[in-house]
Amino acid sequence: MHIPALKDLLYRLADDKLIIGHRNSEWIGLGPILEEDIAFASMAQDEVGHAYVYYQLLHELGEAEPDTIAFARTAEAFRCCHLVEYPIGDYAFSLVRHFLFDMADKVRLAALSESAYAPLAELARKLAREEKYHQMHARTFMRQLGQAGHEANARMQAALDEVYPVAFSLFEPTVHTDTLVRDGIQPDEDTLMKTWRQEVEPYLRSCNLLVPDPGDITLHFGGRGGHHTEHLPPLLLEMTEVFALDPQAKW
Amino acid sequence: MSSSLDPRINRLDLPAGTSEIHQELLDHWQNYEVFQQQKRGDQHVHVGAIHAPNPEMALILAKEQFGRREQCANLWVVRSQDVYATAYEDDDMFQHAFDKSYREGNGYKVRDTIESFKARLYELIDNGRHTPAAQPAPVTEAPLTPAPVPPAHVIVLPPGADNKPRKIILRK
Repeated sequence: MHIPALKDLLYRLADDKLIIGHRNSEWIGLGPILEEDIAFASMAQDEVGHAYVYYQLLHELGEAEPDTIAFARTAEAFRCCHLVEYPIGDYAFSLVRHFLFDMADKVRLAALSESAYAPLAELARKLAREEKYHQMHARTFMRQLGQAGHEANARMQAALDEVYPVAFSLFEPTVHTDTLVRDGIQPDEDTLMKTWRQEVEPYLRSCNLLVPDPGDITLHFGGRGGHHTEHLPPLLLEMTEVFALDPQAKW
Repeated sequence: MSSSLDPRINRLDLPAGTSEIHQELLDHWQNYEVFQQQKRGDQHVHVGAIHAPNPEMALILAKEQFGRREQCANLWVVRSQDVYATAYEDDDMFQHAFDKSYREGNGYKVRDTIESFKARLYELIDNGRHTPAAQPAPVTEAPLTPAPVPPAHVIVLPPGADNKPRKIILRK
């Protein structure tokens, strides 16, 4: 088993989760209604928790402690995709991103639960259970707002037009993609992307939403190689503000 | 421009001097009562209420409000307006004119009977289990762990003729 390829995958999985978790947590106290504020914050917390367990797998492979990995790296060292980096926007933007991200997570976790790397396969099966509610929440909001017509549908459509092309950044291939396929750790990114599209596109249409043409998806690539949008460094600055005061502090 | 220690608040770019934001009431939304079942077979217990536009959304939102902090097997939501309730001004009808405590569930004096039955049973079991001469404890390398203590309403009996563990569970 090729360890650098495995580590690269784990960094991608973990960093996506940490950054989307942090982004979505920005809605705490600002959500549209109390109940949804709590539900969305709770799911954001789940995502940060998932990042933590992926960082633990990395630590077992000789990488630094989870806190150090999460809080003491510069933007270039992150392997998250562009989708998770964008600011929260309006609630429609965050909901559409949540739907596209969690549906991709579903596809990826299903594939990883068959992984040749047993600790990852076991973890994927565990995470899939918690993600079930995330998908249910996302699908329900998409359908309710999409089918509601009028302003709700228009705002969801506008958000989808904006987010959909960027969501393909989740499936950016890396130099390790072929190795991961050869070692049976996960299918190649293109296969995952096709499965995701087969799940997402008919569902969006059933919500009375038009599936946009993603255009040149490589425009949103780069994150997996450490080339990020201008939105990531300010996020990291804010996220690590307390940690940076005293990195040696015991909590 | 307001200034807050919370960067998220600053990003909202609220006009200075704004202390209240008025929002239209979501009057097409409804309240739903939430009932939670901890394990399959248990009763559903009322745990609170939730504000939602329809039953499906009420269930989605109820899951994180009520199914997150403790064990949950199932949730029900019921529109609050579908609940018919007695009026509090009529609550005197629940008062008895005379002592009718014999009707109340806790009026049945079974607790003493159960306790005396348990005491008697323990006595029987102890008599059967302990031998008069103290036997040396068997030498063992395994760490000593205390035997699990059964809950008060469970009485563990010595194995029967078939060598299977036996226990008596007292119903409350």
